[in-house]
Amino acid sequence: MENIIIIGNGIAGITTARFIRKMSDKNITVISSESKYFYSRTALMYIYMGVMKHKDIKPYEDWFWEKNKINLINDYVQKIDTEKKQVILSTGINLFYDKLVIATGSKSNKFGWKGQDYAGVQGLYSLQDLDLMEQNTKGVSRAVIVGGGLIGIEMAEMLSSRNIPVTFLVREKSYWENILPIEESEMINKHIREHGMDLRLDTQLKEIKADNSGKVKSIITDKDEEIECQFVGLTAGVSPNIDLLKDTSIETGRGVLVNDYLETNVPGIYSAGDCVEIKSETAGGKNRIEQLWYTGRMHGEVVAKNICGKKTKYERGILFNSAKFLDIEYQTYGLVNFKMPGEKNLYWEDKDSKHSIRIVYTDEGVIGFNLMGIRYRQSVCEKWIKDKRSVEYVLTHLSEANFDPEFFTHFESAIVSIYNTQNPLKKITLKTKRWFFKKQA
Amino acid sequence: MTPIQITIPTESIHVNNTVIKKAGLALFSTGLLFFLISFTSATDISPVFFFIFSVGLGSLGALIFFYGQYKNNLIPGVKKNRLMFLEATNKGLLGWTAAVFLTSFYICLYWFPEVFINAAKPFDWMSMLLRNIPSDQWFLYGALYTLAVIIMGIRMIIHNRHNRYQIIRTCSVIFFQLGFAFLIPSILLLLNEPGFYFSYFWPLKYDYLFPGTLDYLMKSPGALGTFMAFWAVMMTFIVLPTFTYFFGKRWYCSWVCGCGGLAETLGDPYRHLSDKSLKSWKYERYIIHSVLLVIIILTTLLWVNSYLQGDILGRFTDTYAKVYGFVIGAGFAGVAGVGFYPLMGARVWCRFGCPLAAILGLLQKKISRFRITTNGAQCISCGNCSTYCEMGIDVRSYAQNGKNIIRSSCVGCGICAEVCPRGVLKLENGPLVTKYN
Repeated sequence: MENIIIIGNGIAGITTARFIRKMSDKNITVISSESKYFYSRTALMYIYMGVMKHKDIKPYEDWFWEKNKINLINDYVQKIDTEKKQVILSTGINLFYDKLVIATGSKSNKFGWKGQDYAGVQGLYSLQDLDLMEQNTKGVSRAVIVGGGLIGIEMAEMLSSRNIPVTFLVREKSYWENILPIEESEMINKHIREHGMDLRLDTQLKEIKADNSGKVKSIITDKDEEIECQFVGLTAGVSPNIDLLKDTSIETGRGVLVNDYLETNVPGIYSAGDCVEIKSETAGGKNRIEQLWYTGRMHGEVVAKNICGKKTKYERGILFNSAKFLDIEYQTYGLVNFKMPGEKNLYWEDKDSKHSIRIVYTDEGVIGFNLMGIRYRQSVCEKWIKDKRSVEYVLTHLSEANFDPEFFTHFESAIVSIYNTQNPLKKITLKTKRWFFKKQA
Repeated sequence: MTPIQITIPTESIHVNNTVIKKAGLALFSTGLLFFLISFTSATDISPVFFFIFSVGLGSLGALIFFYGQYKNNLIPGVKKNRLMFLEATNKGLLGWTAAVFLTSFYICLYWFPEVFINAAKPFDWMSMLLRNIPSDQWFLYGALYTLAVIIMGIRMIIHNRHNRYQIIRTCSVIFFQLGFAFLIPSILLLLNEPGFYFSYFWPLKYDYLFPGTLDYLMKSPGALGTFMAFWAVMMTFIVLPTFTYFFGKRWYCSWVCGCGGLAETLGDPYRHLSDKSLKSWKYERYIIHSVLLVIIILTTLLWVNSYLQGDILGRFTDTYAKVYGFVIGAGFAGVAGVGFYPLMGARVWCRFGCPLAAILGLLQKKISRFRITTNGAQCISCGNCSTYCEMGIDVRSYAQNGKNIIRSSCVGCGICAEVCPRGVLKLENGPLVTKYN
């Protein structure tokens, strides 16, 4: 029987294990130094906020692993020996493998800021980070968060739930503006401020200062302002966690280098999830690092299939993502803010600045949807993008995409009328669903 | 260059209205104290005084507390913050105290009614007004129950003011509790008609299809009694299945039913306490279907017996009916059903015991157009949906696999869809062909 060893029990590693088990009866061992049982990393914030407990963010009950014969080891991998095909654990145990999967995830970026290692300064990625944050934020009267991404705003929400005032430093001119189109980005700026957070755009961290005991006491921004604080959250992104591979023959760049089958240069060794850097097939193209929950899961599935002999190429398909910025939900499908040639944007925003719909299209058809405070069906949006439906078709049928709960106000007619005003020659009427015969895509 | 010291504006959002909340809590506790004193003969001094100081102060205190809680909470949105830390909602001392209090209240209500002789008096004025007879322990219970649904319903509406489904649903349970389960039965008594509940049906209201009850209704003067008998039969056999086909069991369990009404209002802060394990699901299916079986056998026996005029099994059936009333009707539905709110969540009875829920559940699973759909691959397995499912359904286990959630126990409260941070879940009625995707 083949021995499969998976290093890392995040969503990528665990998905790999589960799918291998679905397809075969190989011996599967998952090693993690973080925790024995798989938990949802994206839900860490909810423990701190008192919304859930640790047991609630474990997607499977503990008996699940034994029942499915997936061995879990809570230990630290010290070394990978690709010659002898074994991994050496910190407890001195050697484990032999036939196939190895690297799913070590990522780690918080630290850009060499002065004082970044003082007590009370930390990132947020793991369970250990969460424990640390619990300790570090006791009795804090102000916290500073550095880096305006998803973890940054989550950390801000966490601190806010404990009534800790937050100063939020964002390097960009507007929150998450390299991903969000400017209107949506500004909506979130407004929303962050509405929550009473001290949002500072276009501001970077210059230095962290500590008191005599080595505990953070203030930070200094690039505008030479000093802000007193007892906690600093470093949330300026994450990068692949590949320290383990330093002295091995496994090729690395920014991440673990893999081909489209998620195979590394060493036969029998695969990689999945945040730690992966997918080599571009076209010369001069850009290698891809995908650090999303969904891509981790997709990677895992592909690796499992390849290990079980079903040669499968990793294809991401139509891009999608979602998040929640404090109280505003966000969903995106396809290419939004990619500034594609010939792209046009149809944008509607509610006067309450809490809801918006954006449809991105070219002459060939729609290419993207961006929703704030409104839920749309992934299957419908994907199909429209795949089928290159014209913007007129999409607008006519837009009600089919709505996924909001019953009795919610629907805003589809608002965006249709914007289109009609902009294009007086085309008169689009929105088809409304009849409640009994409504079709589902 | 020396750094500039800057002053940061103090944010109003962090004002924590502690004073208002404490005042509310103090008033509520005073009301509770007077309520406890009203169990002594002190009520004789002035029943109305006791009504004002127990029920009046208690309600006012609760409302003031909620005002303090939500006053500066200006931004609507899902707020479950700190629930896992609080004594009252995390099986702490407060939670246990509440459980013991509620359980003893129900034990006395069913088996030691003499305890309520004094406590019922403050409600005399209301009872006289509505029914023209003095209050008793059941009137007191009905009034407090309705009050709890109204006040906690107001809280539920403020808490979920961003969600129109929750607002309408909560208004519906308040309406049915106040009108159909409290005012109408009382006023019917005033009119010398049977105190009939138009919103409760067999087998939850198990005696409504007993030969004795139907006989009594048919024989009561005027056409109304006949209509009630007709209503009881028609609702159980025609309207329940039809509505459940169109909307799932939610139209009843989380929109109309009084048990559901209390669970959705008073029980809302406890919904995360339901057990989500596979084991509890197994127990649930055995227990709830056993109760259903037991009540079906009992009802059949009663009819056979009435047909044979009590010749066979007459005494046995009588005892059977009494035991059912004692164990299931009082012990399970009442004492455990509400008494265990702060320990096992608000749907203990609905999930493990209610035979009507069992029937509606079977219909929901087999023939209904209702389902909860999953939005593609957007699930991040965070667990909010499962945690806040009051029926103990592991919603996440379906959502993370992109499957629709079709479970007989789902009462369609819509909270899973609300707390989902990625917009993955939606309650829908649709064609049967797409039920399982």
